[in-house]
Amino acid sequence: MSSLPEPDVAREWLQTMVLIRRFEERAGEMYARAKVGGFLHLSIGEEATIVGSARALRQSDYLISTYRSHGHAIVRGTPPENVMAELFGKVDGCSGGRGGSMHMFDLSRRFMGGYGIVGGNLPIAAGIGLACDYRGTDEVTLCTFGDGASNQGTFGETLNLAALWRLPVVFMVTNNQFGMGTSLRRHSAVTDLQRKGESLGVPGLRCDGMDVLDTHRVLGDAVQRVRQERRPVLVEAVTYRFRGHSMADPEQYRSKEEVAHWRERDPIPAFGDQLVHEGIIDEAQRAQIDTEAVQRVDDAVAFAEASPFPAPETLYDDVYVLDPLISGRYSTTTTPPPAPSHPSELDGSEEIPHQITTALAAGEDASAGDRAPAGEDAA
Amino acid sequence: MGEMRYREALNAALREELMRDDRVLLMGEDIGVFGGAFKVTDGLLEEFGEQRIRDTPISENTIVGIGVGAAMVGLRPVVELMTINFSLLAFDQIVNHAAHIHYMFGGQVSVPLVVRMPQGAGHQLGPTHSHCLEALFLHVPGLLVAVPSTAADAHGLLKTAIRDENPVIFIEHESLYGTRGEVPDDPEHLVDFGRARIAREGSDVTIVGISRMAITAERAAATLASEHGVSAEVIDPRTLRPLDLDSIITSVHKTNRCVTVEEGWPHSGVGANLAALITEQAFDDLDAPVLRVTGADIPMPYSKPLEDISYPHELQIVDAALKALNLAGADGARARP
Repeated sequence: MSSLPEPDVAREWLQTMVLIRRFEERAGEMYARAKVGGFLHLSIGEEATIVGSARALRQSDYLISTYRSHGHAIVRGTPPENVMAELFGKVDGCSGGRGGSMHMFDLSRRFMGGYGIVGGNLPIAAGIGLACDYRGTDEVTLCTFGDGASNQGTFGETLNLAALWRLPVVFMVTNNQFGMGTSLRRHSAVTDLQRKGESLGVPGLRCDGMDVLDTHRVLGDAVQRVRQERRPVLVEAVTYRFRGHSMADPEQYRSKEEVAHWRERDPIPAFGDQLVHEGIIDEAQRAQIDTEAVQRVDDAVAFAEASPFPAPETLYDDVYVLDPLISGRYSTTTTPPPAPSHPSELDGSEEIPHQITTALAAGEDASAGDRAPAGEDAA
Repeated sequence: MGEMRYREALNAALREELMRDDRVLLMGEDIGVFGGAFKVTDGLLEEFGEQRIRDTPISENTIVGIGVGAAMVGLRPVVELMTINFSLLAFDQIVNHAAHIHYMFGGQVSVPLVVRMPQGAGHQLGPTHSHCLEALFLHVPGLLVAVPSTAADAHGLLKTAIRDENPVIFIEHESLYGTRGEVPDDPEHLVDFGRARIAREGSDVTIVGISRMAITAERAAATLASEHGVSAEVIDPRTLRPLDLDSIITSVHKTNRCVTVEEGWPHSGVGANLAALITEQAFDDLDAPVLRVTGADIPMPYSKPLEDISYPHELQIVDAALKALNLAGADGARARP
C-alpha cells in the first residue's frame, strides 16, 4: 500500500482524474452528436494510470503518448478548452485543428504528441531522450503505449537501442488488456509485459494502473532511476478501458461481466473513498470536485463551439517551413479548392450514417466512417 | 578544394557542417568504425567521436524515428540508410512522422532531419538493392527531395539540406560515388534547393535528367550534336521538391519539345509527373508529346546482360529526342523492349 501525498497534491490528483473522466464522457456525447469526427478513443478507466504516471514527472520532462491521448494533454496542463476545440476541428485546437483526437500536441508543456500509428511514438521518444543526453540535461522522457504496441517492431528496436545508448526514457506499457478487440493472451505470447524488455537489456517494473498511488510510486521510482542511471526502464501499468476501443466498437470480444468486474475497481471512486476516509476531503468537497469538473467541461464545449473552423486559405499553411529565398515550387498548387456548396459537409451535423450505427449495433463490421452512439454509461 | 570525388564531396559537406554546428550528429548502420558502406563517412568518427558519429543497430524504421524525435527538440540529425530499398522499412517514420509532424501539430515543431541514401542499378545487386525510388518520396507532401548528380551539387545541396528546417530525403547514386568534379573551396558553398542546373544549353529539344540520368543525358546530348546535328538542352533539376519548374517551362518555351529521363519505374514516376506539369502549364509551347525514358517496369534482375537493359543509357535518350523531333533515325527496334 502506497502512502498518500500531501493533501493539496492528493486533491489535485483526484481533480485531474475527475476532469479527464468528465471530459471523455462529454467528448463521447459530442461524437454521438457529430460535433467530433473521425475516430474517438476514450481513456475512461485509465485515469489513474495517466495521472499517477504524469505526476511522477517534472515540468521539464517530456511526455509522449498514443492516439488515446486527451487525458495526457490535460494532465500536462493543456486547457480542456483547447483539447475539445481540437476534437471539434477548430482553429483554437491544440494542434490547430490539423490533428484531431489522435494527434494532440502541446510543445509549451512538453507534451510531445499523440500518434496514430501503433508503436510509432517509441522511436521518437528515444530521439527526444537522445537530444537530452546529447545536451547533458537530466530531463527524462515518459513514453506511453498500449499492450498492442509491444508487438510492433519499433518496440524491440527502440528498447534495444535505448538500452545500448543508455537513453533516459521510461517506457510505460499501458496494459488495458486489449489491442483493439484482441485480448492480451490472444496477441502476445508473453503476457507478463514487464518482462518483454528483458532480452533487450531493459529491466521491467509493474504497477497497479487502477491505483493512482501505486502508479505514482512505481513510476516515481522508475523516473528517478532513469534520471540517475541514464538508462531505460519498462513499466507495465495494469489497467482496463471501460469503453470500447473507439466509439465504433460493438465490444463483441468481451463479456459484460468482465467489464463489470473491472468497473468495481474504478480508480476514481476508489481514490475518492480513500481521501474521504483519510479526512483529506469530505463528501461535500468530493461533490464539489465533480461539479467543478463538469463546469470546466461545459466551458470547454462552449469554447469549442464558439471557436471558428480554420479558414480555407490556411489549407496549405505549415506543410513546409518556407524559405523565402527559394524560387522553386514546394507544391503543385497552394490555392485551396472552393468550399463545398452544402454547409452540412462542414459541420457534419446532419449526415450521421444511420446504416453504420445500425451495423455496429448488430455487431457487423463497419470499416469506414465509423460512428456510434455514446455508451450507456455516460455520466 | 578543387577536383574531388562525389563521395569525398559528401564527406567534406558533412565534416564542414559538423564543425559549423554542434547540433549536427550522424546516425546510421556502419557509418562509424566501418566508415560507411560506401565510405561517405570515412574518418568522421575519429574526428568527431562517438557522441556525434553513431553506429546504429540494423533498425531502419527506428533510427529514422530517433532522428525525427531528436530533430523535434532542436538537434540536426543526419541519418544514413545503406540503400534506398532499406528506406522502405522506415517508410512509416518518414511519411507518417517526418513529413507530417509540422502540419499535423499545427506548426508547433519542425523536423530538420536529413535522411541520406544511395540508389541505382549497375552493380548487379538484384531486386532488393538497386532501385530508384525518388518518385515515392516526391509523392509525399512535407518532404524535400534532393537528387544530386555532380560532386559540387552533392556538396552544396547536402550542406543546404542540413541547414534547412524541413525533413530532406537526400538521394545519392551508387554509380556516382567515384565520379570526379570541381567543388568550390568555400565552407559556405550552398546550392539552393529549387534551382535547376542547366547542364548544357540547346535549342531543339529539352532533356530533363534525374539523378545519374542527368549525366547520361549530357552524353546523349553530345551524341545528338555530333551525329545528328541536334541541339539539346539538358536540365538537371537537382531537387524534385521544391521543383524549379520555371526553368523547365522556360526551356520548353524555347525548344517546344521535352524528354524526361529517370532510372525509376514508369508508372507514377518523376517523368510522368513532369509530363503532366508541362502539359498543364506549357501545352501551347509543345510541338510533340512529352516523352519519357524510364527504367524497365520490372523488379531489377541480377544477370548483367539483363540488368544492363533495365535502366536507360545514352542510346534510349538519343532515340527519344529524335522521336520528339520526328527525325529519321528514331528507330524503335534499337530501343530496349
